[in-house]
Amino acid sequence: MKINTSRFGELEVDENEVVTFSEGIFGFETDKKFIIFNTEDDNPLMWMQSLTDMDLAFVIIRPFEFNPNYSLNLADKDVADIDLESPDDSDIFAIVVVPDDPSQMTANLQGPIVINTKKNIGKQVISTNPRHKLKHFILEEMQKFLG
Amino acid sequence: MLVLSRKKNESIIIGDDIEIVIVDVKGDQAKIGIKAPRSISVHRAEVYEEIQAENRKAAATKEIAGLGNLFSKFKKK
Repeated sequence: MKINTSRFGELEVDENEVVTFSEGIFGFETDKKFIIFNTEDDNPLMWMQSLTDMDLAFVIIRPFEFNPNYSLNLADKDVADIDLESPDDSDIFAIVVVPDDPSQMTANLQGPIVINTKKNIGKQVISTNPRHKLKHFILEEMQKFLG
Repeated sequence: MLVLSRKKNESIIIGDDIEIVIVDVKGDQAKIGIKAPRSISVHRAEVYEEIQAENRKAAATKEIAGLGNLFSKFKKK
């Protein structure tokens, strides 16, 4: 399947890699199909492009990239919604806001994206862990944990 | 919207298995207890609104090429 995106131009999409979000993403409830990819090998930031709205794409990052202690307790409902049988079948991403000064980029750990990688089902969940905030300064946390 | 008046320790039942209890009322603040099955998610409304707003901000990013450099100084360790 070929799509024509505003950021990346024409993309060849493998149907087997399409992730379905049956509830969409908060604020973008009609976007239910996304494709996740990276554009540079040495960049932990990745893209999540909507297959419904060619103008819509989110920058995402695996929280483990900047916080090795990251963990997420999934609610029973979230586990059921993505049909997850084992934590080994899951992948977790945080949506990233990149401001004009990219060094101030933040990751949202309060509303992480959880994906069942076996079945390609995804959901933006709400973390009930009070340490998971809306804005985590990625480079600052990397400095703290890895610097 | 259905509006009901409740006093402290009174409750409301929704469906078969959700109970909302007014635990305490002080001034303009009500402390509310919720008994619901684990399959029901319960969150403060602001949390949804804040995540929606954050998602909209995130969707404005057009380009991240080259930002890998910002991470490279950590990778060398």
